[in-house]
Amino acid sequence: MSGHRIKNGGRIDRSKPINFTWDGMPRSGYEGDSVASALMASGDMVFGRSFKYHRPRGIMSAGVEESGAIISIGEGDRKDVNVKMTTQELYQGLVATGQNAWPSVRFDLGAINNSMSRFLVAGFYYKTFMGLPPFEWGKGTWLWMQYEKIIRKAAGMGESSREADPDHYEHAHGFCDVLVVGSGPAGLAAAQTAARAGLNVWLVEQDAEHGGSLLAESSDTERTAALSELSDLGVTIMNRTTVFGLYDYGVAGLLERVTDHLSSADPRLPRQRFWTLRAKHTILACGSLERHFAFGNNDCPGVMTTQATRTYLNRYGVLAGEQIVLATNNDSSYSTACELARAGASVTLLDARNQINKKVAQKLSAANVDYRAGHTVVKANSGAEGVSSVLIGKANGSEWTATDQLPCDLVALSGGWSPLVNLISHRGVKPVWDPSTACFMPVDSSEPLTMAGSAAGIWNHDDCIKSGHSAASMAAKSLGKETTSVVMPATGGWNSPIKPLYEVTVPGKQFKGFVDPQHDVTCEDIRLAHREGFVSVEHLKRYTTLGMATDQGKVGNIIGIALMAEALGCEIPAVGTTTFRPPYTPISIGALSGQSVGAHFRPLRRTPMHNWNLVNGATMTEAGLWQRPWYFARGVETISSAYIREATTARKSVALCDVTSLGKIAIQGPDATEFLNRIYTNPFAKLPIGKARYGIMLRDDGFVMDDGTTWRLGESDYFMTTTTAHAAKVMVWLEELLQTRWHDLKVHVTTVSEQWAGVAVAGPKSRDTLLECVEDPGVMENAVFPFMGVIETTLKGGIPCRIARISFSGEMAYEVYVASDFSPGLMDLLWPIVQSKDGCLYGTEALGALRIEKGHVTGAELDGRVTIEDAGLGKMASPNKSFIGSALRNRPDMQRHDRPRLVGIKPVDHNFTFHAGAILCSEDKVEGLGEGWITGVTHSPELGHWIGLGYISGGHEAWYRKRAIATDPVRKGNVEVEIISPHMIDPSGSRMYG
Amino acid sequence: MIRINCPFCGERDHSEFGYGGDASIQYPALDAPAKDWIEAVFQRENIAGVQQETWQHTSGCRMWIVVERNTITHEIHSVKPAHPGTKTLLANAGDHQ
Repeated sequence: MSGHRIKNGGRIDRSKPINFTWDGMPRSGYEGDSVASALMASGDMVFGRSFKYHRPRGIMSAGVEESGAIISIGEGDRKDVNVKMTTQELYQGLVATGQNAWPSVRFDLGAINNSMSRFLVAGFYYKTFMGLPPFEWGKGTWLWMQYEKIIRKAAGMGESSREADPDHYEHAHGFCDVLVVGSGPAGLAAAQTAARAGLNVWLVEQDAEHGGSLLAESSDTERTAALSELSDLGVTIMNRTTVFGLYDYGVAGLLERVTDHLSSADPRLPRQRFWTLRAKHTILACGSLERHFAFGNNDCPGVMTTQATRTYLNRYGVLAGEQIVLATNNDSSYSTACELARAGASVTLLDARNQINKKVAQKLSAANVDYRAGHTVVKANSGAEGVSSVLIGKANGSEWTATDQLPCDLVALSGGWSPLVNLISHRGVKPVWDPSTACFMPVDSSEPLTMAGSAAGIWNHDDCIKSGHSAASMAAKSLGKETTSVVMPATGGWNSPIKPLYEVTVPGKQFKGFVDPQHDVTCEDIRLAHREGFVSVEHLKRYTTLGMATDQGKVGNIIGIALMAEALGCEIPAVGTTTFRPPYTPISIGALSGQSVGAHFRPLRRTPMHNWNLVNGATMTEAGLWQRPWYFARGVETISSAYIREATTARKSVALCDVTSLGKIAIQGPDATEFLNRIYTNPFAKLPIGKARYGIMLRDDGFVMDDGTTWRLGESDYFMTTTTAHAAKVMVWLEELLQTRWHDLKVHVTTVSEQWAGVAVAGPKSRDTLLECVEDPGVMENAVFPFMGVIETTLKGGIPCRIARISFSGEMAYEVYVASDFSPGLMDLLWPIVQSKDGCLYGTEALGALRIEKGHVTGAELDGRVTIEDAGLGKMASPNKSFIGSALRNRPDMQRHDRPRLVGIKPVDHNFTFHAGAILCSEDKVEGLGEGWITGVTHSPELGHWIGLGYISGGHEAWYRKRAIATDPVRKGNVEVEIISPHMIDPSGSRMYG
Repeated sequence: MIRINCPFCGERDHSEFGYGGDASIQYPALDAPAKDWIEAVFQRENIAGVQQETWQHTSGCRMWIVVERNTITHEIHSVKPAHPGTKTLLANAGDHQ
């Protein structure tokens, strides 16, 4: 093929040349060109190498169905791979490179695979390398794992950039009455009728220009007139936007390519915009695709669809070849043949059908087109770069007899047309095979969804327009608008019926004919799949990889299905078709994630003391969405030395910790007490005002849901704290109970997590610290403010606060809550006093050390799989009342004594440590799932060695004098451990009560 | 892609809502025998068709609602507040408008 630019015509602007590079070589085109048209005009022919055999690949189409010319665009972090050259608009400075070839697509060493292709049939790699006999007979895939890397490298797509995506993407939402997909004759007509009826219409086109098949026509008047009317009617007209999927409730997924066609875009613009469009009615005028058919070497560069040659000629002003053989089996190719001939090519038209209509024949003669009925192409012969001649054959029943050779530089094919049923298939509509037009036709949907134009199997141009008007008038009527009804035209519309043609075979000859040129699936592969029993269309697809390439079977599926039907001796409907799923064309992952990247990936929660913590030396960590102080390093301290110092200080004098992230819920109303008594396992009915109680709540199924303290502030006024992790879940749960189950309870629950900031003041000197902070020191007396007491009082400087004497650390400790805005002031008040007592600030690491020493549970222990007994808190389940979970927690398996129970863990050799997540095994059986697991590990400053919490079958009593092994094969290996009570320091609690 | 017509806020995208569960379940009394609770908690129907289900407008008014939805087509037949007392509230709110 030697394509060249013609002097006049086309939609390109010859006054605006564009320079770009192809595999490092300078090339030029014009504004309005695609990369494919510009390179075709430059005489280039080979643009890729096939997936498996590395056969040369050229341009096969002019659209999204492209299966040959697949390249990479851009460089570095903006490299975009597997781009169809036919859909990429040209821009100044564009860098295009070939893929899957070394050193280049024109000279590719991988092409050696082609000479071995008789061995590389479907399933070759799996058969050869998986479970490779005799080494791996019947077991495992170790060798496969080794070979796979090499195989994958040889069989490839483009290589993505390893750098982060520098572009940003947007998500957007839209609403309309009528969505029209596609702007060909039917789409334009549909949008006109709908807009004239006063409806809010969106017309969405994937191409840069509107018009669909009209862009391939030589005249432009119909297109421009329609577009100008639509614009006047206020239709939202979108281009470069693909409707990639249809979903429930009339939702269409749209991908708008905002800057992919620009050499330098405004950096404020997103690269792509991902639309969720809700339409009351959707009209699919998305057109149809022309099919190839298989013959010998039909994958050779220089073989393309007839419609593509027409598009290159009339839209891009490129004549794709000079000596053209056009092989067809239907009426759609005649006018293209005439146009190509008039543009200066010598054209031979082969019609597979035995007769050509007289009028058509006259037209062809008048245009100097040589034509032969009852003939087609049998085999293409390739020259240095592309096709150089074809062997043609004469119809002989269902087969062909080779007759003579015709020299040529381009083969244009038409094997019939396939309506684009992809989108309607997304809605569960199964297309039906229509033998008279030889294609899968869409059937009616029960949803407000109408097909129009060639997407509905209507071939005739005027009928397509009529079908657009008809679909829109139906939509308008269903949306309550006055409109004239238009009858939907019948499908089909050719003068002479199509002659189905999928593969050209000559008796006694073996040709290599391709069904899926991108994935190197040959006709023989389909027959092999049949012989080996992969006859279901879904198995055929997976065994041969037919239709699994980037074009998703747009080119080859129907040929493959037809060949399988032939092998099975049945009709095409009996084989069926695979299910089309979104997206219609590939979507970048960036567009799917939209703005939800980096800092916007998820919400960030900071406590009102965040800056105070930072100023005072905090290193922060993430706790769910929260930022919490992790540790406060002094000087050269590491995290380990810092947290050990902090925990030691908390046990020796006093330390402060920001505990604002705990969930806080106000529970108010006359039935608040009854409500709490139902949701907690322990009694709340008699909790006095001014007291707090630690509580456990279960789920309906009897497992532990969360724990926390609840303070009684007044007769009908409670303040509940939850764990940081479960704050939202507990809130939802309380609302659910009140709104869906216990309608009789008069209770309000309000989340006040944001309203209150909290700080834990822990250590033997905590009371002395607070004594200096409160306005009335009397409130701090042990007698009036004992362990689990609650007071509401005022701090110096007039800060109103509520304080509860509760302890997570095991020391005498208080939690002080103030309105959030007061919290920096609270810290400024507390901190100098704490410093004067040699106290410190502590973070979550020291918090963890303190609570592990005490055996206090947290989210790691309450993981949704443990019962209240498992957590060692069985005494908190009241036997005297019913509560949520009380019925199901008594199921026999939940009461078994050998269930994993909370235990303390310490290494036998105190110099050793172990990690959270390690599996606990008995000494004599270090394998499998073991007997338990470790949930938390810390170095205990108090004990001077490493300790942990975890669960083990039967609890620590069952492991008395029995060694366990903490197994951690990928990190630490095995460590001998002793299982002990989880209460590793001060088991009597004397420090808390003191 | 479902739209739910919240009785308190109006039509909203389902992403604003949290899914609860089967709204037809009558939870037994807290002191009911375990077998009643097993029935309510575990013996659930997997309905292909119209079912009653609870949703919460978590990112809106935080009210629980009962939605009648077809599990095959996602068609929603009715939406009402889960708490019967709110009907009065809604009616009164209407009076003030």
